[in-house]
Amino acid sequence: MHSAIYDWRWAQFALAAALTTTQIDDALAHGFAGDRFFPATILTDDPFVADEMSLPTVTLDPTASDGSRELGIGSDLSMLITPNWDFTLSTNWAHIRTPGVSTQTGFQGLTTGTQYQLFINAEHEAMALAALDVTWGNTGKLAAGAPGFTTLSPTFDFGKGFGDLPDSLPWLRPFALTGNLVFNFPTEVETQGVPNPSSFFYGFAVEYSIPYLQSQVKDLGIGPPFNRMIPLVEFALTSPFNRGQSGMTTGTVQPGFIWAGQYFQVGAEMIIPTNSLSGHGIGGVFQFHMYLDDLFPNSIGRPISQW
Amino acid sequence: MVNHRMIVAAAVLAGAVTLGAPTVQAHAFLDHASPAVGSTVPTAPETVTMWFTQQLEPAFTTATVTDASGNTVDAGPAQVDPKDPTELRVALKKLSPGAYTVSWHALSVDTHTTTGHFTFEIKP
Repeated sequence: MHSAIYDWRWAQFALAAALTTTQIDDALAHGFAGDRFFPATILTDDPFVADEMSLPTVTLDPTASDGSRELGIGSDLSMLITPNWDFTLSTNWAHIRTPGVSTQTGFQGLTTGTQYQLFINAEHEAMALAALDVTWGNTGKLAAGAPGFTTLSPTFDFGKGFGDLPDSLPWLRPFALTGNLVFNFPTEVETQGVPNPSSFFYGFAVEYSIPYLQSQVKDLGIGPPFNRMIPLVEFALTSPFNRGQSGMTTGTVQPGFIWAGQYFQVGAEMIIPTNSLSGHGIGGVFQFHMYLDDLFPNSIGRPISQW
Repeated sequence: MVNHRMIVAAAVLAGAVTLGAPTVQAHAFLDHASPAVGSTVPTAPETVTMWFTQQLEPAFTTATVTDASGNTVDAGPAQVDPKDPTELRVALKKLSPGAYTVSWHALSVDTHTTTGHFTFEIKP
């Protein structure tokens, strides 16, 4: 009997010690701020650092203003260096059909980045990060849309859940808002006489979490697969602000849904251009996204360093 | 044709990564509870029972129940069911009609933490 109690206490002590040395579990978790789980959005970036991978992201863009149509297959990888700091890699393979021109295929260049989690506020379901992305010139096929110059993009991403609204507004508590504010600075003023303007990208996602509704507000008895569904609308605009391109804003609005499981999520959205400069018709995007911290908690799903 | 092959290859790779993962655990989400989240019940329950999507670590999983004034009304620490480690129970004192808040903190067996809270009401 004494031995059993001793073993149990020893087991508790060992677990406590293990947790003490890895007490950044909340930071390890992908997209949690208190009671709120933020899914990885498709058009806009997540406001959290994480071990995660999107593969594939299949995008059929609306018809562009020049009549071309692009099918893209992309992938994004994010790996934690420390619990609050990660690096990112992304690329996209494109198939572009343009009337009267031969079809072009190829990679559109490599983007690398580094992100730092500025804060996570559990009580107010809020989080934010700062990042610097670099889209490298000459790392893809120019004819398939890859840039011949490098672009630097300082970024601020934020997320806010509305679970802290008063009890008198229960049905609004599952709402959350995430957003990106990004400046793009090309390192080359013009390419073959065509100006490369600096631009401001601003994108937002408005989400309504059915899991949050059912586990925190009211269980309506919604069953699988809808109980893991997060309907959302994403929209993003890019506004050049120099080199003669000011005012030529382009963007898309993307209503859709994300189904968030235990180890992965899938999402699909329609792509609707905001103006004729952004194209016409409707496109679509589908994404399969993996939570590496849940899939591989003891290897690639952990930060390289616990520092 | 090439693009179809690219899509299939990417899907196969994603599937291989997911299915090739070792036996995995993940974050414990609240699946359902009794009394149900946000419900109104006619009589005072003796316990609050919660079912999670993952097995829980008993030593580091907690739940408290408070009344509208913030007073604790649970009758002791929450207990993970040894036969079903996804089930968490907390015994209650004798409750009067009113609104109550359940706050939980769950640690799944692979040390991922999740938190949450919900209310239920007992009819007058």
